[in-house]
Amino acid sequence: MAIEQAEGITETSKSLADMANDERYERLVTRRNRFAWVLTTCMLAIYFGYILLIAFRRDILAQPIGEGVTTLGIPVGLGVILSGIALTGIYVIRANRVYDPELEALRREYDA
Amino acid sequence: MNAFPVTRLALVLIFCLFPAVLLADALTGEAEQQATNWPAIIMFALFVAATLWVTRLAAKRVRSASDFYAAGGGITGFQNGLAIAGDYMSAASFLGISAQIFASGYDGLIYSTGFLVGWPIILFLLAERLRNLGRYTFADVASFRFAQPPVRVFAAFSTLAVVTFYLIAQMVGAGQLIKLLFGLDYAYAVVIVGVLMTCYVLFGGMIATTWVQIIKAVLLLGCASFMAFAVLAGFGFSPEAMFAAAVEVKGDLALAEGAAPADAASQGLSIMGPGGFIKDPISAISFGLALMFGTAGLPHILMRFFTVPDAKEARKSVLWATGWIGYFYILTFVIGFGAITMVATDSSFLAADGSLRGGSNMAAIHLASAIGGDFFLGFVSAVAFATILAVVAGLTLSGASAVSHDLYASVFKRGEADPETELKVSRRTVPVLAGLAIVLGIAFEKQNVAFMVSLAFSIAASGNFPVLLMSVLWKNCTTRGVVAGGTIGVVTALVLTILSPAIWVSVIGNETAVFPYSSPAIFSMPLAFLTIWLVSITDRSGRAATDRAGYPAQKFQAETGIGAVGASGH
Repeated sequence: MAIEQAEGITETSKSLADMANDERYERLVTRRNRFAWVLTTCMLAIYFGYILLIAFRRDILAQPIGEGVTTLGIPVGLGVILSGIALTGIYVIRANRVYDPELEALRREYDA
Repeated sequence: MNAFPVTRLALVLIFCLFPAVLLADALTGEAEQQATNWPAIIMFALFVAATLWVTRLAAKRVRSASDFYAAGGGITGFQNGLAIAGDYMSAASFLGISAQIFASGYDGLIYSTGFLVGWPIILFLLAERLRNLGRYTFADVASFRFAQPPVRVFAAFSTLAVVTFYLIAQMVGAGQLIKLLFGLDYAYAVVIVGVLMTCYVLFGGMIATTWVQIIKAVLLLGCASFMAFAVLAGFGFSPEAMFAAAVEVKGDLALAEGAAPADAASQGLSIMGPGGFIKDPISAISFGLALMFGTAGLPHILMRFFTVPDAKEARKSVLWATGWIGYFYILTFVIGFGAITMVATDSSFLAADGSLRGGSNMAAIHLASAIGGDFFLGFVSAVAFATILAVVAGLTLSGASAVSHDLYASVFKRGEADPETELKVSRRTVPVLAGLAIVLGIAFEKQNVAFMVSLAFSIAASGNFPVLLMSVLWKNCTTRGVVAGGTIGVVTALVLTILSPAIWVSVIGNETAVFPYSSPAIFSMPLAFLTIWLVSITDRSGRAATDRAGYPAQKFQAETGIGAVGASGH
């Protein structure tokens, strides 16, 4: 894998090829991508969980909570929207605080 | 570059003429309509004046192709977030979703969630890579390591398909809205939209299109916030009290229509849970897929990621956009329920048969009148019109980029086009697209175009999204794979939609639909992925070897942004 990566990049610059082969770079990209896929899976699970409830068990969502007319569907539906915003926020915070500085340090080291 | 003296003159002319046309026609309209429409006309004229002024300022700054297509990469994450939210909060979502909640309550929320959850997916998988790999169009990214002509041709046609269907829906909506609100003739309304959007795009390029979108997003968020606040204030800020009142109204309406008391009560309560909007599980899932992944394939939305300077700003813009859009959908939910309690009970908003005056999409507009009288009605009407105008401008720019950047520069000129000529082609395409939009808008006046937005989403989810995702993330992907898979996805989505109830029964008038589900995405999207995979792994051509060999360099640039096209000097 490492050698294969180097081949594609050698034309551009030697130091870039070195950076692409640096273990720290590879680990950073792997970690960042894994984090992104975990969040993607969360979002898909939340949304399609909601859609499947609508498709198969809409009675659950139509259940009133408490004494009034407000149903469980209201907080669940709004919760899906808010969870989307929250997951986006989590990714941005982590990318800004962890991944960006690490990548920046690597770039400086390799003068890229 | 020598600016267009003729075009500047045209700008001045239009500036002077349009209010006159508006006023002249309003005067010939019905007396009753005219009296209520003055605030709307003045408000709209103010919006047009402000946006044309912005366009004039922007026109001075549009010097290069990069300025025209991507605002020179000089938009901040916050601004871009608002502009994306603006593109997304179309009149279809503001009027359509509030109308849906007005009609059937909870179901509207299902729509909203689907529209929102595409955004986190875009951020996690695509936004930063798009910014790092592309310049002007999403085809830049999809074709990064592939043979240019076939991928660009595919991307351009699928862009034009999405843009056309979306445009028709917006133009027809605009025509009907203006006809109703301003007392203007349908054809005039469509022409006004076409001419104004041509001005924005032609003279101000992406800079003006972005700022028009930002202005409109702020106005729309402001007025939706005020409406939701006013509705909730009426119920002592208790959502439960609002829901209870809405349930009672719906129950009373059912009673008045002759339902038995027990039936009426349950009909009233039905607005608090999922109802008949989604009929079967397959349609539900399919529709969910189209909404979620369609967003990640809409060319006029993807284009916005090239207006920010780097991946970090691209990331920020998605957070802002998701926040604003989510907030907006929550407001729409309150507005829809508010309309049930305030509009459905007031006979002045209803036609003789109990339906909404001016059509089912008017719930939010009537609510504005109930809350803030004629003045606020005028304001909301003007904002609704501005919304359509801003969205069609973005769509047109996206279509024009596909023609000039993808077809002309990359295919016809094999990437050797001189940037000035490319820009000229782009500018010439704008009036052509505007003309097409006007003609189609008039042609489809009497048609039911409700399916067109969801068709655009289905095509985007089944063509652009699989192509983009696989080309960016899968190293064995090849030119043949993406072209075959993308084409099959788009064609399947189109054919199945034609065979579905929305067209086969409602438009063509057949008895039963060949394809029984409301959305094709559950079939067309996996089919596209499968085709890309199958064609790619069996591809033994020389080009396939080049495609695969290009992956490491593409990945490096996608992940680090090293080598990405940065912001231009200003």
